[in-house]
Amino acid sequence: MTDQQPGEVLLEARDLEMHFPIRSGAIIRRRTGSVRAVDGIDLTVHEGESFGLVGESGCGKSTTGRLVARLLEPTAGTITYAGRDITHASRKELAPIRPEIQMIFQDPYSSLNPRHTVGSIVAGPMEVNGIDPPGGRKKRVRELLETVGLNPEHYNRYPHEFSGGQRQRIGVARALSLEPKLIVADEPVSALDVSIQAQVVNLLQRLQRELGIAFVFIAHDLAVVRHFSQRIAVMYLGKIVEIADRADLYGNPRHPYTHALLSSVPEADPDSESHRERIRLTGDVPSPIDPPSGCRFRTRCWKAKDICAEQEPPLAQLAETTEGHLTACHFPESRHVVPAL
Amino acid sequence: MPEPLLSVRDLKVRFSTDDGVVKAVDGLSFDLPRGRTLGIVGESGSGKSVSSLAILGLHGPEHSEVSGEILFEGENLVGARENTLRKLRGKRISMIFQDPLTSLSPYYTIGEQIAETYRKHTGANRKQAKRRAVEMLAKVGIPRPERRVDDYPHQFSGGMRQRAMIAIALCCDPDLLIADEPTTALDVTVQAQILDLLRELRSEFDTGIILITHDMGVVAQMADEVLVMYAGRCVERGTVREVLKTPQHPYSWGLLSSIPHLTGDVDVPLVPVRGTPPSLIDLPPGCPFQPRCDFSARVPGDRCTTERPSLLPETGHASACHLSTSDKTLIFTDEIRPAAGLTGRP
Repeated sequence: MTDQQPGEVLLEARDLEMHFPIRSGAIIRRRTGSVRAVDGIDLTVHEGESFGLVGESGCGKSTTGRLVARLLEPTAGTITYAGRDITHASRKELAPIRPEIQMIFQDPYSSLNPRHTVGSIVAGPMEVNGIDPPGGRKKRVRELLETVGLNPEHYNRYPHEFSGGQRQRIGVARALSLEPKLIVADEPVSALDVSIQAQVVNLLQRLQRELGIAFVFIAHDLAVVRHFSQRIAVMYLGKIVEIADRADLYGNPRHPYTHALLSSVPEADPDSESHRERIRLTGDVPSPIDPPSGCRFRTRCWKAKDICAEQEPPLAQLAETTEGHLTACHFPESRHVVPAL
Repeated sequence: MPEPLLSVRDLKVRFSTDDGVVKAVDGLSFDLPRGRTLGIVGESGSGKSVSSLAILGLHGPEHSEVSGEILFEGENLVGARENTLRKLRGKRISMIFQDPLTSLSPYYTIGEQIAETYRKHTGANRKQAKRRAVEMLAKVGIPRPERRVDDYPHQFSGGMRQRAMIAIALCCDPDLLIADEPTTALDVTVQAQILDLLRELRSEFDTGIILITHDMGVVAQMADEVLVMYAGRCVERGTVREVLKTPQHPYSWGLLSSIPHLTGDVDVPLVPVRGTPPSLIDLPPGCPFQPRCDFSARVPGDRCTTERPSLLPETGHASACHLSTSDKTLIFTDEIRPAAGLTGRP
């Protein structure tokens, strides 16, 4: 299969910003600063497309996911869903859109209510939205359980009776119950064992292809994202540093941070060290409360020069990259990190 | 051959629960020479953590039953007195855990936590211990160690906490280091730093390392030998090259073909291991992997469901599977490798 032709634009974010206030003071709590979790990003998700978001902890990828699902209200920027501006839409205005955007969470243990049966968990969204599918909710739940590969007879069981992988399937069934157009999946497989992880990835992939659901797939595992998403953005400290189709991002990465990430992934091949480039970042990710001036990656970058501290590099199309491959760097790399086989 | 640093023979760990006896580890044997790294791979509940905890007597001895032998330089640690074990812990055998935040005490400074272990085992005074703490923090790559030594764990980032844990584990120059998922909670770039650090320290101190992980990538980069565990037993054992390049057990095949890669064809579907791991309470009489295995039909008769396969041959690359050796090789090269997208990797 080649990467599908993108459909209509489903979701668009422009200059999206989420600054969480920090308040301090014992009696009068005053705003003394802000955590710039997401600090001006643009992204577009097409219908039926799987859009991947990678980065390390604290880079703002989960916050981005929650903004996109409008679980958070951005402090600046705009979010357009299916042509409608939903940036500051009220609860009431969002109500008709809510069923179309669903989430799948990372931890299959804490994201299911232990006191509810699987049946009522999966039927929950239908109840909340007052939806009565033909044949009744119960029938629909059974169909959903079957779709995600669970036994429909397990309708009356409780979450603790299932393994981690099965629970994640329950979470997927719940997300599917309202026939969403977009699913925001925040690290959906990282809590699972490898053998089970593959089962859930395959399930999500099947759903994406057969039901044409668009995904915003958030993960820190670069190999999983490469497998699942057609278009991928790399985030660092609240910014997108590189965005490209998967073949370009992994085959022709340009941003030094993307290089560092790719070269850090240990491959399950004892000989791979010998033919791979080795980049080791030093130090830690700077604080998003007071990010470095200019390029945010410059404090850990081996190519940084004076200009990197003075001017923030724009996310732009570079020479020798395919259309839509954008990089935010003054001195982009052009070597290969992971040689093609 | 010199005596191995650690020799485990037919280790069994059982826990009594209300539902029955859980055979968490069921007849595990391995040797670890000095300065080598043994990778133990398996999924949650395969017994990989329990077996390493048993080495230090940390598996909850009051609720469990242990049999077999754990010979550390010839001394059997199974049934050893608490006093004996306490002298070994932190001094000759150290452990690094997965989550550095929950395994460090929030009430003591990093320096105090390193110094405590050091003083306990060497009888050093406060000043010497503090000097040692600074030295160890410097060794594990913490910048400005003389200042950071007085920080509390919450002032450290995740990667720095794991470095501090390693500093505690190594402050008495242990002979054996047990690292239980040391990088699972960390980001990839930090993981790469920590793995480099472990490699450096291994060559500097000639420490034997048991590396417990579920990540085949980490194993490939770190281990000399690999042990694949399933349902409390070792199902395959060999050098890292043997196990990753020519695996012999269907479970190892499943592990390899279920991970996505950074290179190669993107559209090769992942081949997961179907089903879920069995309950360790009532294992069926046959091969514990049989219910999830796609190849048991190729074994003549019903051996897979009636007879538990043993780990054969006794030495070298071995697997516990009833398939014939020629079948295993054939299935791996003709079916598994192409399906898993491993074709480009000779």
